[in-house]
Parts: sequence; C-alpha cells; structure tokens
Amino acid sequence: MITATALTVSRGERVLFRDLSFGIAPGEAVALTGANGAGKTTLLRTLAGFIRPDAGTVAFADIEPAEARARHIHWLGHMDGLKTGRRAREELEFQARWSGANNEGIAAAIAGLALEPLLDLEVRKLSAGQRRRLAFARLIAAPRPLWLLDEPFAPLDARWRAALGLMMQAHLDRGGAILAAVHDPLPVAARALDIGAGR
Amino acid sequence: MKGLMTLYRRELALAWSGGGGPLLACGFFLCLTALIPLAAGGDPAGLRPIAGGIAWLALALSSILSLERLFERDLEDGALDLITLGPVPLELVVLVKAKAQWLAVGVPLALTAPVAAITLGLPPSLAPLVLLSALIGSLGFALTGALGAALALGSKRGGLLIAVVVLPLFIPPVVFGAGALERAVNGLDPMPALAFLGAWVLFAAVITPFAGAAAVRNAQG
Repeated sequence: MITATALTVSRGERVLFRDLSFGIAPGEAVALTGANGAGKTTLLRTLAGFIRPDAGTVAFADIEPAEARARHIHWLGHMDGLKTGRRAREELEFQARWSGANNEGIAAAIAGLALEPLLDLEVRKLSAGQRRRLAFARLIAAPRPLWLLDEPFAPLDARWRAALGLMMQAHLDRGGAILAAVHDPLPVAARALDIGAGR
Repeated sequence: MKGLMTLYRRELALAWSGGGGPLLACGFFLCLTALIPLAAGGDPAGLRPIAGGIAWLALALSSILSLERLFERDLEDGALDLITLGPVPLELVVLVKAKAQWLAVGVPLALTAPVAAITLGLPPSLAPLVLLSALIGSLGFALTGALGAALALGSKRGGLLIAVVVLPLFIPPVVFGAGALERAVNGLDPMPALAFLGAWVLFAAVITPFAGAAAVRNAQG
C-alpha cells in the first residue's frame, strides 16, 4: 500500500534517520517504536507529505502521491484538529465530510464511538479522552485505506483502547493498513518498526 | 465541489465567530474614525480634504485585526494537517479562507465605511462610491491579508509580523481607494482610480493562492 525507499530526513543539523526503507501491505498494521525524539512523528509527517525528505521516496501502490494524500490517508496526530469553541457535532460533521464521509458513515461512527451524548457540547467541555474519540470518528466515518496515527491511544482508558482495537481490526480485515507511533503495544497484531534510539 | 462547500461553511462560521468577528472590526473602525476628528482639534472643515484618505487608512487597519486566526489557530490545533489531506488543493483552501474572511469581516467593514466617511466630513452624496470602493478594496485586503497571515505562520508574535508584512501591501489600495474619493470630491471621474483598485485586487487574487499555499507548506514542514 505504501513503500518508503532510502528515506533520509534531518531536522536542523541532526539526521533523524538515514536510508530507511520499508513497506506496508494491505491488511497489515505496523507499530512504529523508538525513544523520545527518535523521529517517529517526523517519519509519519514525511509519509503524509508534510515534510519533504532530504533523500529517498514515498510511493503508494497504483496511485499518485498527491491523489493518495487527498483521498487515501487518514492522519491523526498529537493534536486532534478540533476547534474548542465549536460544538462537537459541527466539528465531527466537518472533519468527517472533509475526509469523504457520507451520512451513513457519520451515523456509524457516532454509534460505534458512543458520541451521541457529546454532540451538543462545546469541544472545550470534553475530556481529553472524549476529544480523542471525537477525532477518531472521522477514521470510522470515512473509508480511507491508510491510517497514520501518532500516539493514538494516549488519553484513552482501557475500555476504549479495546473498543478501538476492534475497529482497527475491522479496518485491517477490509484491506486497510495502519502505521502507528506508539510506546505501548497496539491492541491489534502488528509488526514492529523501530527507528532507533533517538540520540 | 462538495469539499469546497464543506470548507467554506466552516471557514465562514469561524470567521463570523472567531477573533471577535465583524463586530470587533467594525467597532474598531468606527472608534478610529471618531477619534481622529477629536485628535485634530474638532475642526471638521480642516479634515474634509483628507477625509477619504483617513477613512481608507482606518479601513486598512481594521482589516488586519482578525487575520491572525486565519491559519495560526489551524496550525496550533492540528486542523491544518487535516485540511492539507483533504480533497481540495491547498491553493484553493487559501482562496476559500480569504473569501470567507472578506464576507465575514470585509463586507461588514465596507457597509460601515460610508458612515465613517461621512463622520469624517465627506459629502453624503458620495456614500455609494465609498461603499463600492470599500467593497472592492476590502476584498483586496482579505486576499493580501491571507497571504501575510500565511507568511507569518509559525513565527513567534505572528500577529505583529502579519501587520508588518501586510501594511506595505495595503499601500496601493489605500492610494487608489482614497484617490477615487478625492477625484469625486473635486468633481472628476473616479473610474480610473477604481479601475486601478480592481486591477490590484485581481493581481492579489492570482498571487495569494500560490504564495499562500507555499508558505503554509513551509510552515508545516
């Protein structure tokens, strides 16, 4: 689904990783590990196209990178991308529809993530875990095959980690792929990709 | 098209409610135009020859107020990453943001402009011309303002930097807009100055999407 070849990325004077090559196949989950500062977020941002690598390429199967980034990648970073002054319903509507969701998809995400009681609240009134569930909703609502996730479970309790694990497994069973930067194990079977000690 | 409308509705809602929205900009505009005659010694006749210029300067300064929220908030809360991975090219995103900024802040400012200009001593008969020129000019302010906001993205004290970047770009419309009013006051045809103002807005409409998108990509990296 996605192939990185000989990627080299540096930030300032510091080379975060050099000649890094790997691929992720449909149906595969990869847990991206490494110490703080190793470059996990930078690698995810490079794959998403936010950072241009110093060398190397990122290729998507049978599709141009620009098209892949417009319609095939779900990105969930440290920040949820939610506007605190708006209602949860407005933010969910925008994020999901912008990602390509239809009414059925949005309804399924609301039901699956138990968001109904939160929808009329302002985002600022939600807990960190509730915000993360709200941000996750666009991944469930809009079918995009590649999920790039940065510490996706940090604010979630054990119950919701398990529930989202089931949703991730369903995504993998449909032929989707996941690359997630994590410190704890993913709740689905995943191959490990360690990018170094972060010196 | 559906993606564009989704973004446009969101941007309009944010521009209407965020950063004080049109009320703050219009209030600032009116306060500024009310203060200038007082600072000038309360002699309206003395201000009359430069009333058009002052009104345009106040319009330009009021247009800067809410520019910081245009991209900076989206960068801070991660929404810009989501928007970048959407169905609409970043160049169009910049254009949509500028247009929403114009509709939510620029148009209310333009509607306020005749009141401000008459307060400063322009003849009431020129109110339609003030409105027309302010509508065109505020679109230009929104476009170049969006470019300035994108260029200042990610910098510390971005709001101050936006003002420094944007104010020089505001010189042509202030000159052309105030020139149109001055020509009308002196009984001349204001159309040549309005045509220059329109040309400058078209120039900004072509440059802003590409330069703004490049600046946003640079800030994301």
